[in-house]
Amino acid sequence: MRHILSVLMENESGALARLVGLFAQRGYNIDSLNVAPTDDVTLSRLTLVTRGDDQIIEQITKQLNKLVEVVKVVDLTEGAHVERGLMMVKVRAAGAQREEIKRSADIFRAQIIDVTPTTYTIMVTGDEEKLAAFLEALSGATIMEVARTGVSGVARGEKVLSL
Amino acid sequence: MSKSQTQPEMLSGGEMLCRALHDEGVEYVYGYPGGSVLHIYDALHQQTQIKHILVRHEQAATHMADAYARASGRAGVVLVTSGPGATNAVTGIATAYMDSIPMVVITGQVMSHLIGGDAFQETDMVGISRPVVKHNMVIKDPRDIPEAIKKAFYIAESGRPGPVVVDVPKDMTMPNEKFPYHYPERIKMRSYNPVKKGHSGQIRKAVNLLLQAKKPVIYAGGGVILGKASGELTQLAKLLNYPVTNTLMGLGGYPGTDNQFIGMLGMHGTYESNMAMHNADVILAVGARLDDRVTNNVSKFCPNAKLIHIDIDPSSISKNIPADIPIVGPVKSVLGEMLEQIEQSSQSVDDAALDRWWTQINEWRERHGGRYRKDDSKMMKPQFVIETLCKVTEGDAFVCSDVGQHQMFAAQYYKFNKPNRWINSGGLGTMGFGLPAAMGVQLNYPDADVVCVTGEGSIQMNIQELSTCRQYGLPVKILCLNNGYLGMVRQWQDMNYESRYSHSYLDSLPDFAKLAESYGHVGIVVEHAEELEDKLKEALAIKDKAVFIDVRIDPEEHVYPMQVPNGSMCDMFLSKTERT
Repeated sequence: MRHILSVLMENESGALARLVGLFAQRGYNIDSLNVAPTDDVTLSRLTLVTRGDDQIIEQITKQLNKLVEVVKVVDLTEGAHVERGLMMVKVRAAGAQREEIKRSADIFRAQIIDVTPTTYTIMVTGDEEKLAAFLEALSGATIMEVARTGVSGVARGEKVLSL
Repeated sequence: MSKSQTQPEMLSGGEMLCRALHDEGVEYVYGYPGGSVLHIYDALHQQTQIKHILVRHEQAATHMADAYARASGRAGVVLVTSGPGATNAVTGIATAYMDSIPMVVITGQVMSHLIGGDAFQETDMVGISRPVVKHNMVIKDPRDIPEAIKKAFYIAESGRPGPVVVDVPKDMTMPNEKFPYHYPERIKMRSYNPVKKGHSGQIRKAVNLLLQAKKPVIYAGGGVILGKASGELTQLAKLLNYPVTNTLMGLGGYPGTDNQFIGMLGMHGTYESNMAMHNADVILAVGARLDDRVTNNVSKFCPNAKLIHIDIDPSSISKNIPADIPIVGPVKSVLGEMLEQIEQSSQSVDDAALDRWWTQINEWRERHGGRYRKDDSKMMKPQFVIETLCKVTEGDAFVCSDVGQHQMFAAQYYKFNKPNRWINSGGLGTMGFGLPAAMGVQLNYPDADVVCVTGEGSIQMNIQELSTCRQYGLPVKILCLNNGYLGMVRQWQDMNYESRYSHSYLDSLPDFAKLAESYGHVGIVVEHAEELEDKLKEALAIKDKAVFIDVRIDPEEHVYPMQVPNGSMCDMFLSKTERT
């Protein structure tokens, strides 16, 4: 089953390598990974999407908590949450296709953030399902490049991950 | 206020390192100099508080420090240079990591501005050691050294202990760059707070289940020794009259000669302990991690047992076997709270059921009871050698073992009545551990009998340390069970590969006794069983020199019982011809 783990950790050199190394050493999956400092620059927030049965997820959570730099770990998928990823897609946009691609982008409330006579670069945000659907909608066009941030997320309502 | 209190002393990075170690209460540092640590070695030379022990190979430094930690409970300290110095230490760091041994390893590093440039003797030690340390760090400012050292000891010794590497670039220790020195009294980290106490509700549930048990077993591991809880464990077992089994790492955590002790369990555990585990209805696992050398096939593990699992590391609980009642906490305080609750409880143990259970266990004891082959061959049996060692040392020596058959025989036939006396590489299984380990213990316990039980294979993996042993006058006794084969490998080849001895024999062995003598030690050869006891006594009577006792034993001997691969705990080979 798919889980989104959010990790608050010390913003120190080597901390990320330690976390990623843990996944490699113990044979856990990382589907996507996203990391940046929080409003408090001494802390980084890392969000990762992984897969596994309950026992594996329990072990991953425990092993993450064991890392000396990790402050807190939550499994966002345990409760109501919102998740978003950002994706940029560069497509070949010439001739009749140009208008068609623009229409699809509008439907997905995506933005075209760079234009040349022959290409569009489209930015779209959403959960993984929406991003996949958008790529599917572009399947008639020539996709030149895709860049994605991976998932970031927070719990709904009052629940927060902070110190 | 005096001036010294208001004005902190100005010290260089190298001097701060030495001073911080002293302020931490360190007496010995085990190490080997080299380019990146020369400033530190120069600072060491100019002080008298810390004594440095020069080994012959960095691996030995780590094992000496590790064994000191196993015997004393305090972190051992290692100092090595960058590059090969650091990589040579990796095996010893991994050895400590696998057995949760506190250790602080200071590794030199090339100058900060050279890092990443493939400089001479540069390796990414933080990267290399990452999977085998509890934590590691790089010094980026000499002013950070005192706090980094305090932090390293705090992390190494608290919670589930483990090794910590502190990587020190050479420019952090420049002799002419002085900084105010202050050693912090304590460290507070928002991201690291080891649990201090178990959950009382969980403990209550565990006590209820424990008191209802009809076929209980207390299964205690290395956590009891690391957590200094053998007193509480013994009290609990005595109060309940429940049988106790120890893991390889837990030996000595419960008195080995006590009647409630049913021996070591697992791969080479006793028949009665493995049978008791398999048939138990309640298992109390204390500071043990249910690893594969204990459980055998996890899907067949103890089918009728409810598992109470106490461990300070939550990730050890339900990792291999799901626990029915998990208790995260230091074993000492959890067992203490259990004792209190049992004493206050209106419930009592089921004496009738317990009588039946002990009758059953005693029948199992009768069936095998650690018997070994006493055939008509003139060859000495390794089990007999260990039994004799136990007899002449009255079960009170520090026994530092290498890895292989001799290790299992020592674990089975030496009866440890005290914790911290059995020093072996259980998790990693590091050949070459025994001699430096014995030296580390002897240095810190100069009046104790310290015996390295080894084989002719293992001893050669760190035999250069005979020289260190001579330099510091360490009177260790090296008991080499010499059968001319890599015994455990040969045993597996006998059992699984139709006795095709692929590279498991050792040709061109040295004359160990003469070799030891050439280093200035005493060498003794024992070829006949009837002379063994006297020669061991003779060796132990030598208090000022190391003694190498080369005992020629039967190469045909196997370690039994041995669990049948992929079976349950009760599937065992009991001898070459018997199987459960």
